[in-house]
Amino acid sequence: MSEPVTALGGATFEGAVTITERPAQGMITIRADLSSAKIVKALTDVAGVAMPAMRGAVTSADTGLLWMSPDEAMLLCPYAESTETVAALNTALTGEHALIVDVSDARAVFRLEGSACREVLAKVTPADLREQSLPVGELRRTRMAQVAAALRFLDNTTVELICFRSVASYMFKLLSTAAAPSAQVDYRF
Amino acid sequence: MLTLKCPYTGIMLDESELEAGGEAHLKRYGPESSDDDFESYLFMRKNPKGVHFERWRHAYGSGKWFHVARCTQTLEVFGTYPAQTLKPPQEILDIIAEKRPGWSWDMPS
Repeated sequence: MSEPVTALGGATFEGAVTITERPAQGMITIRADLSSAKIVKALTDVAGVAMPAMRGAVTSADTGLLWMSPDEAMLLCPYAESTETVAALNTALTGEHALIVDVSDARAVFRLEGSACREVLAKVTPADLREQSLPVGELRRTRMAQVAAALRFLDNTTVELICFRSVASYMFKLLSTAAAPSAQVDYRF
Repeated sequence: MLTLKCPYTGIMLDESELEAGGEAHLKRYGPESSDDDFESYLFMRKNPKGVHFERWRHAYGSGKWFHVARCTQTLEVFGTYPAQTLKPPQEILDIIAEKRPGWSWDMPS
C-alpha cells in the first residue's frame, strides 16, 4: 500500500496557540437511523466504543464514534484499517437502510493547543465558544470563515478540528492568521 | 442577526450557519391541480408584518430543514420545530397567542 500523504504534510504554526496538522486518520461516514437499536449495536460493535449521545463523541486511542446529526455518525479508526472497517460495517449492517463511505482521504484534521483556543476560534466562527455553550467533549459542526468544519475540545486547551481536505490550506492559513502573536485580544471567556 | 435553535441538534445557530427556505406550511399542488392552485403554490407568498412561519436549513451542520415561528417586525423568535409536520405544534401557537393577543392565522388544511 502506498504511503498516506496528508494535505499539508504535517504543517505547524506557533502563535497564540500551536496549530498542527494531524497525521492521516481513518474516517467513515455512516448515514442511517441512529435511533434504531440494531444500527447502534452494529456501530458500537465495529467501533468498540459506546454510542455517543446527541452532539457527543466517544473515543478511545485510535477509534471512536462522533455524533454528526440524528442520522449521521462518523467512525474513527486507524487509517490503514479503514477499508476493512467499511467491510465490517457493511456486513454488520446487512439488510439495514444505511450508507457507509470511507472519507479518510477527503478530510484534514488540525489540532490547536494553548489556553487561547477559544479566543482564536471565536475570531473565525459564528459558533458560541463559551464553555457553557460548547463544553469539553462536545462536537460542534459549524463554519470557519468561508468553509465548513467540525470542532471538539479534547480538554480546555486542546481542540481537534476536522475540515474538507480541499480547504486544508485555507483553514491552516486562516487559523494561523487568527493565532498570530500580534493579533491577540486577550478575550476572557 | 437571527439566532435560531436547531430542533434536531439543540444548538443555537447563527444566521450565517443557516440557509433560508422561505415560507413554511405551503401545500403542494402538482399535476391534475387547477391552474389557480398551481400558480398560488408556485408564486403566491405571504409577506406579513408580524408573525411569520419560515423554513430554515441547518446548512453548516446537520443539514436538516426545520421550521421557525418568528416576528418579522421585531425579529422575536417564538420557537423552532421539526419540519415533519403540516401545521405548527400547539405549544408554539400558545406562545404566539400569549405574546400577540388577537393574532389569527389561516391554519393549513
